[in-house]
Amino acid sequence: MPRAGTAPSRRTCLARWPWVLLLLAGGAAAQEDSLPSLTGTPGDAVRGRAIVTTRQRGLCLLCHSGPFPEERFQGDLAPGLAGAGSRLSEGQLRLRLVDGRRLNPQTIMPSYYRSEGLHQVGPAWQGRTILTAEEIEDVVAFLLTLRD
Amino acid sequence: MRRAALALLLAPLIALAAAAQPQSGFELMAPETQAMQRDDTANPGMLWVQEGEALWQQSGCAGCHGDAAASMRGAAARYPVYDEARAGPIDLAGRINQCRVERQGAPALALEGEPLLALGSFVAHQSRGLPVAPPADPRLAPARAQGEALFRERRGQLNLSCAQCHDDNAGRRLAGSPIPQGHPNGYPLYRLEWQGMGSLQRRLRNCMAGVRSEPFAYGAPEYIAIETFLMSRAAGLLLETPAVRP
Ligand code: HEC
Ligand code: HEC
Ligand code: HEC
Repeated sequence: MPRAGTAPSRRTCLARWPWVLLLLAGGAAAQEDSLPSLTGTPGDAVRGRAIVTTRQRGLCLLCHSGPFPEERFQGDLAPGLAGAGSRLSEGQLRLRLVDGRRLNPQTIMPSYYRSEGLHQVGPAWQGRTILTAEEIEDVVAFLLTLRD
Repeated sequence: MRRAALALLLAPLIALAAAAQPQSGFELMAPETQAMQRDDTANPGMLWVQEGEALWQQSGCAGCHGDAAASMRGAAARYPVYDEARAGPIDLAGRINQCRVERQGAPALALEGEPLLALGSFVAHQSRGLPVAPPADPRLAPARAQGEALFRERRGQLNLSCAQCHDDNAGRRLAGSPIPQGHPNGYPLYRLEWQGMGSLQRRLRNCMAGVRSEPFAYGAPEYIAIETFLMSRAAGLLLETPAVRP
């Protein structure tokens, strides 16, 4: 009789596993692939565009290109920003701006809302994030308007 | 058949060899800037070389070294070299100042000052066209290793290493500018953006500030370590002093 006793419990166990896995994966993805608003207030897409296209503020066009015909100098180190708002959700865009290293530790894209874990930061920039929380929300609002 | 198979076998090797061949920043420049560097009458850096030649005569260097075309030929292709007194690497500017202070009893010339840039350009110009040939001196190994570590270390608010731009993304465009492999074979050089002559250290400071990191002070051993590594990475490239860069 020992066999009959173990068989059902093994079956329930196996039957439960996919759920557990799904829950784990779902939980991890929800945490890792997107971020909620940093301010609770929707950003301003017009200000966001100005940040993205101003070399010294957003720095985005050092690496990216995008639908900005007035900008002569754009980079080719990264995927183009055109269509970013169709490919990625608001929360996904925010995470990529705030700290893309959480998705890809090797990325060359700077973490725009993180000031720890850096070395030899110049005095003018120490303890400061590249963009403020409001600016991140403005850029997210603008990127969402870039649809294919 | 056999030939085709051999070609197939060799193709990856040839590709590898081509990839390992360093490329001078000169190759990525606009044709006008290349023409300016090639033509000595148009190359603004030649003014510093001429000024350096005058200083060579006036400040007593010729008294010991004679004709620089003979005595200084090849020196810049080897530096930094190991210096007993420092028990570490010394760069060309450091050697020139060593001659002034220890052999002439004169005050050291200011780093990045015009007289030292002029003398440095004149001395390095004597090696123009010679291949970068770092010495196989094991005493330089620690500095080279330190330089390589600094080259690979992420720094600044933008958190980028030299290698991420100059190894991983060389040839691509950072906004409008093509990213060169980052070789030290043209210094001191005339940079259009500076509207003046500058040393390798000035260039490295620009790159460090560009990622919003704190550059080391002029003359810091870190720069000489980086230069020691960069010279080994550039081995075989021809010296261009005075080069022109955008
Ligand atoms: C130093 C280079 C660099 C800078 C500066 C930079 N990025 Fe990126 N970015 C990248 C790279 C490279 C990727 C590709 C993803 C990776 O590396 O993990 C990327 C990915 C992205 C993505 C995801 C694209 C997709 O289609 O999946 C978005 C959106 C983005 N960046 C927006 C921005 C914005 C907005 C800015 C300016 C505020 C910016 N980036 C600044 C290099 C950069
Ligand atoms: C009193 C003689 C003397 C004078 C004056 C002098 N030097 Fe030297 N210099 C030397 C000696 C000796 C060495 C070799 C040192 C060694 O190899 O350790 C040397 C080495 C050098 C080297 C390194 C050459 C190489 O192949 O490694 C350079 C460059 C140099 N001198 C530049 C200058 C300059 C520029 C001046 C003028 C500002 C100058 N020197 C003045 C004696 C002198
Ligand atoms: C964000 C990318 C980036 C980073 C990081 C970077 N550089 Fe550069 N570097 C450049 C660009 C772009 C140029 C060419 C600029 C020009 O000529 O307009 C350059 C030029 C150079 C040159 C001059 C090459 C020549 O032909 O004269 C050297 C040497 C160099 N870099 C070394 C370094 C070192 C060492 C570091 C790390 C401390 C570093 N760079 C970090 C982008 C970068």
